[in-house]
Amino acid sequence: MSKEPDDGIVLTEEQKRRRRARSIAIAVSLGVLVVLFYLVTLVKGPAVLNRPL
Amino acid sequence: MSLISEGANLSKPLPGLAEPSLAGVEDYVALLKPRVMSLVVFTALVGMLVAPGHVHPVIGFTALLCIAIGAGASGALNMWYDADIDAVMTRTLRRPIPAGRVQPGEALAFGATLAAGSVLVFGVLVNWFAAALLAFTIAFYVFVYTMWLKRSTPQNIVIGGAAGAFPPMIGWAAVTGDVSLAPFLMFLIIFLWTPPHFWALSLLRSDDYARAGVPMLPVVAGHDETRKQILIYSLILLPAGLAPTLAGFAGLLYGAVALICGGAMLHLAWRVYRDRQGNAAVSAAKRLFAFSLLYVFVLFAALLADNMLARLGYGL
Repeated sequence: MSKEPDDGIVLTEEQKRRRRARSIAIAVSLGVLVVLFYLVTLVKGPAVLNRPL
Repeated sequence: MSLISEGANLSKPLPGLAEPSLAGVEDYVALLKPRVMSLVVFTALVGMLVAPGHVHPVIGFTALLCIAIGAGASGALNMWYDADIDAVMTRTLRRPIPAGRVQPGEALAFGATLAAGSVLVFGVLVNWFAAALLAFTIAFYVFVYTMWLKRSTPQNIVIGGAAGAFPPMIGWAAVTGDVSLAPFLMFLIIFLWTPPHFWALSLLRSDDYARAGVPMLPVVAGHDETRKQILIYSLILLPAGLAPTLAGFAGLLYGAVALICGGAMLHLAWRVYRDRQGNAAVSAAKRLFAFSLLYVFVLFAALLADNMLARLGYGL
């Protein structure tokens, strides 16, 4: 029995371009979050770890 | 979001699973409803700035960012759930999900992630009381308004309007850690403003709502009843707008602006009530809708200006 060759998912150029843009947006968002946590840690100092539950 | 790596030799999608995403960054931005977000951010900012006490600018920025992201998450979850309605309404037909650029599952994951993230970051970096208010607001908008009220009652936007009224209260709570009469009055203004604002739009789009099966007031009770309700709410909105001055929370500058804007809103609502036929009716509804957007921005800007002047010793 012959089996149909499976080429898998082949993204078009447009899909690749949009995926790249989404990846950059996610990277920028994560970068902003890291900077935000860093700045808040500087602003609050040790108090950032000392909070009543 | 696609997790497929470049050049990977994966098997074809199983039946029923989505093809690789065509969503662009701009589609995800559209899911956040940026125009609604601008009103949320502005009113929350005013709530923060008029609250007694001081907050470090970095903490204040963090609070605003979390409120904005939380509002955006609500918008994305709303678009996920309402994709069937959006697909048959002219106004919403081009939104990312009905247009086929974003898969419903992508919007759900996006909205849920941002909702949880905004509340957690708000709680950890600002305070948990304000974060709890934000979580309640998101849950109210998604579960109470979107999933329940919108499709079941003509009072949908009256009760659901509470979700849009919470941001100044959240902004206040971000600074003080609690709420009092003043943020409640800001809440009340937006809460009472929402019905005439949305009903003016629904008068213009009632065919759309009827086709989608959404029981907006003009569809269920008719245009004349809607006009009457718009007038009643605008009448109540006038003293509610003056309440911050009457309660001693704002000065005469704000009071004068609130009186003029409230009077103008009432006048335009009266014209909607009076002009019921043809182009005059359409024009009256359009004017009220456009002015209602201006109303809330001007009122909150006046509240902020009045408060700043009072802090500088120039209060009236």
